[in-house]
Amino acid sequence: MIGFFEILGIWIGVVMTFAIFSFLYKDNPFYKIAEQIFVGLSAGYWFVYTIYNIVLPNLIIPLKTDFSANFLLLIPGILGICMLMRIIPKTEWFSRFPMALMIGSSAGLGMLTYTKSDIIEQLTATMMNPFDGGDWVVILGQTLLILGTITGVIYFFFSARHKGFVGVLSRIGIYFLMVSFGGAFGYTAMARISLLIGRLQFLLGDWLGLIHP
Amino acid sequence: MSKIRKPLDRRIIFLLVFIGVALPTMIKVGLPIETTENVEMVYDLVENTPEGSPVLFSFDYDPSTKPEIHPQATAVIKHALLKKHKIICMALWPMGVKMCEQIFTTLEEEGITPVYGEDWVNVGYKSGGAISLKALGKDFKKVFTQDTNGTMIDDIPTLQGIRNLQDFQYVMSFSAGVPGIKEWVQVGHDMYKTPVSGGVTAVSAPSIMPYVNEQKQLTGLLGGMKAAAEYEKLIGIPGTATQGMDAQSFAHLIIIILILIGNINYFHNKKVKAQEEAAR
Repeated sequence: MIGFFEILGIWIGVVMTFAIFSFLYKDNPFYKIAEQIFVGLSAGYWFVYTIYNIVLPNLIIPLKTDFSANFLLLIPGILGICMLMRIIPKTEWFSRFPMALMIGSSAGLGMLTYTKSDIIEQLTATMMNPFDGGDWVVILGQTLLILGTITGVIYFFFSARHKGFVGVLSRIGIYFLMVSFGGAFGYTAMARISLLIGRLQFLLGDWLGLIHP
Repeated sequence: MSKIRKPLDRRIIFLLVFIGVALPTMIKVGLPIETTENVEMVYDLVENTPEGSPVLFSFDYDPSTKPEIHPQATAVIKHALLKKHKIICMALWPMGVKMCEQIFTTLEEEGITPVYGEDWVNVGYKSGGAISLKALGKDFKKVFTQDTNGTMIDDIPTLQGIRNLQDFQYVMSFSAGVPGIKEWVQVGHDMYKTPVSGGVTAVSAPSIMPYVNEQKQLTGLLGGMKAAAEYEKLIGIPGTATQGMDAQSFAHLIIIILILIGNINYFHNKKVKAQEEAAR
């Protein structure tokens, strides 16, 4: 049997869904109220979640239970406090230290992982014999992959004028890019419709009980 | 009077799409669902992994993308349970923990009752993205010391023998952004050579698809609700994604018709404008 709070939750969900959908007709107070509730609730939720799931288990509890073994955690703790000092204009400059550390370490780590995963591995995956596959569909696919990669990169190569042979390759590159934009648009349309289906499954199923999984 | 056609009121378009989705959601049409190579690759990875293997599921999404990713995760988990894999759930997104719990609650309602601690375990959320994944690659138990119930990792039978990422037969990341499947490719596969697969929203599928390549940076990919429906077909257990496919097809048909009408109007208006200018 469905409990009172579950029914209440469904009704709140329904009201919020309709309030947000009402924007499709035009901007109105119901939409604004739903939007503000969402923003406030999210901020509150994140604040509490961060305290209980990040700060307490990763910093406060280890320091309280065994300070001598975890005293190094004081360093990120102090850096975290420095970051919070952005709130006061006079002490804002303290936040530069943790910020510098974050940017530096992220750039260093990113340089390695992106070079390997997005350059070396991707290039290696393109270095193949396009005719090694047997099936003509596979051969065509592999040929298009190599052609698309080369012409796409040539389109973004700006150290040579896009004229003559380079111009032709660059134009082919544009066509490949257009096809990829079309594919991306199709996927985007599919994603948005899926979200609408999700909401309708909630309204017609959980709320009205007209459909069953 | 000018013969230029005015643009269609956008509210009519919304209404048409709404009807196009609502009606097939209520009235089942049962349009066929064809499986694709990327989905079959994910299926084969799960299917060919030996019974009793420890596998890692990372829930890197939240309720905003639930209609697309939740059916994917549900279908793959059902398959992994059928194959008797030992499922270890974690999350790079805070709400991912709840998404995992919801799936196992739904499975219980459907009569599938894996034993917590033996067949599956939820070790919860970990902040830090790629940095945490690198730490997982070195020592799993240093990153996750206890599960979401507060039980110490060493006391959980599912996690016996797990030292680092390389002890998992595969990693499944259900991802709606950063941190997510891309970080799993960069660290899980490219650094620690663990097979990585998973599902993403349809919007992000084109940017993640290049990782499904000869190097097998990703072993297949599920993109959006359509891929979830394909997976449901492959395991023979229809779910919410299969239910949504009729609506998806009808909505796409409406969008295609509207694009065609828009283009016809564009060329019509272009011709009328040229004729009017010539007449002046």
